[in-house]
Amino acid sequence: MGATAVALSFGKQTAANNATVSETELNGILYDITRCKGCHGCEYDCADAHGFTDIDIPKNPPFRRTDEKHRTVVNHYETSQGKLPRKTQCMHCNQPACDAACLTQAMHKTPEGPVIWREDKCMGCRYCMISCPFDIPKFEYESTNPRIVKCDMCIDLINQGEIPACAYNCPEEALIYGKRSELIREARKRIHDEPEKYVDHIYGEHEAGGTSWLYLSPVPFDEIGFNTKIQNSSYPALTKGFISSIAPVDILLPAVLLGIYEATKTSANKEEEL
Amino acid sequence: MSTTISKVEPKQNENMLHFIISELKPKGKIFSPFNIISFPIMIVGLVIIFLRFKNGIGSVTNLSQDVPWGLWIGFDVVTGVAFAGGAYVLVFMVNILNLKKYKPILRITVLNGFLAYLFYSAALLLDLGRPLNVINVVIGNNYGVSSVLFLVGWHFLLYMLALLIEFSPAVAEWLNARKLHRFLTAISMGAVIFGITLSVLHQSGIGALFLMAKDKIHPLWYNSYLPLLFVVSSIFAGISMVIFEGSISHRVFSNQLAPEDHHKHNSILTGLSKICALGMFVYLSLLILVFVHEQNAVYINSPMGYWFLVEVIGFVFLPMLLFFFAYRTHNTLLSRIAAIVTLLGIMLNRMNISIICYRWDAAERYIPSWQEFVVTLTIIFIEIWVLRWIVRRMPVLHRSPDWVGGGH
Repeated sequence: MGATAVALSFGKQTAANNATVSETELNGILYDITRCKGCHGCEYDCADAHGFTDIDIPKNPPFRRTDEKHRTVVNHYETSQGKLPRKTQCMHCNQPACDAACLTQAMHKTPEGPVIWREDKCMGCRYCMISCPFDIPKFEYESTNPRIVKCDMCIDLINQGEIPACAYNCPEEALIYGKRSELIREARKRIHDEPEKYVDHIYGEHEAGGTSWLYLSPVPFDEIGFNTKIQNSSYPALTKGFISSIAPVDILLPAVLLGIYEATKTSANKEEEL
Repeated sequence: MSTTISKVEPKQNENMLHFIISELKPKGKIFSPFNIISFPIMIVGLVIIFLRFKNGIGSVTNLSQDVPWGLWIGFDVVTGVAFAGGAYVLVFMVNILNLKKYKPILRITVLNGFLAYLFYSAALLLDLGRPLNVINVVIGNNYGVSSVLFLVGWHFLLYMLALLIEFSPAVAEWLNARKLHRFLTAISMGAVIFGITLSVLHQSGIGALFLMAKDKIHPLWYNSYLPLLFVVSSIFAGISMVIFEGSISHRVFSNQLAPEDHHKHNSILTGLSKICALGMFVYLSLLILVFVHEQNAVYINSPMGYWFLVEVIGFVFLPMLLFFFAYRTHNTLLSRIAAIVTLLGIMLNRMNISIICYRWDAAERYIPSWQEFVVTLTIIFIEIWVLRWIVRRMPVLHRSPDWVGGGH
């Protein structure tokens, strides 16, 4: 029962990892839609930071989605308060489904906050794409050595003490980078100071068990294309029951089978009987 | 066949080599209808597989960013594993419950299971973007132990080993290796017990794979009991495959069978029909329980709801009744019809969960490309070719050589 032994021996270590990724330590980005002018500047900055050169954003763009060449996109939505922009990218969940789904630890929640993809580990099974409730990981189908592409919150810049490209360059300061707990305090303060300007909800505070990206919006979130059906508990929790039942079954079922085998053994002599 | 074996002296290596070479030659007609149909498809399939590695997965499949798992996973792996469930159910019946009646079909079922797993994992490798990195899961530098897929993968891998050990006495009998046979028979009981355990967990694990796709699968199909539903349905899916496959192989390989085994087959079919009927009754009860518990009645009056009713009534309730009557009237033809309807139903259920009702609300629906179908057929055909090669040589359907005690 190799898998069980592994699961048991790694159990402690996994628990320890989870403890280090505590909420107060995580970094995040607060996106205030009331300040965003929808200039698409962050899309260009993102492409620059990740080595995509041939980025082309149409003048009156139709609805677009992130893909293997665009880690972030800004769409414009008709809402009850007129046209509003909304930036889409990886939410960097506190307990990411993609990280829990990944069988090679290629998808990884770093203690700093970003969820990153590691090229040398990934085997390209695309289970992260199945699991992600926000449909964020994208796959290079046309490549012979395909990568999973998604926002990595500019982990390289963060490790050098800098801040993510989109937040650094945003001319309207619609994006601010910081400690997640401080961002939540700032978001609450903005809602408190100008209650008529915002809906009283921080998208990402509880969604999917909390995410590193936090959104403030002047209109209800479903009007600007947010998935409001996202559950508030984390997605990996959905498989917890199954995973924790594996070790007991692996240990107990053989014993039960051996018991049944011994119990029915006496009739073994009457073999040819039908 | 058995006379060929007895002529061979295993102690002389040269003779052994001659024996292997003579066994490698085809037995049976080369231009049979099956060969004429399957061979060209296999050639085209191998070319497509070559193109897939040359130009990437996107060049031969219709997979998209919305639908990352298509026919190769949804049918070859998710459905195929359920179809191969017969091996663990029969092994449980014969080796644990001591129901000796089913022993004549045990070896062919175990062989089928092993080959199915072998070729499904090959299909899986085709679908992996970076197949070489699959080694990360095996050698242990990057164990993602919180991943359902990791646990399924390991149980899958170990179960293949268990099936190989369970089948290995037949290989030893073919090679006339008596000492090896004694050793392999001795360790096969361990393989039996762990094999059943591993099966229960990976059959349910395939259902558990979809637990995190909560918002993406239509609520009539998604529920937190998916692992349980998958393992229960794998019982009658596997047995239906045994019935279906058995009725074909008993015709094709009828010269391999001892006359008394022909007679036994009908009684075996009746017994299997009873197990299927019972298994489907339990499954149907679970479905109703889930339906009521999740308050799914609101979804019924919609196209997806009707589709759900087609699956549950047409492909669970109906074959359950057919199996029940087949068992009561000892009607083997009815058993076979019920088995085929059940297999279609399992195919429908697994494809519904993994493909058809996965992102049922997406703007662009996924329809597999013709290349995906051809590759799937290619894998099935290669599997049948290998199966046929083994059945014609090893004591799978025909009886073991005399030196093996107690028959097989």
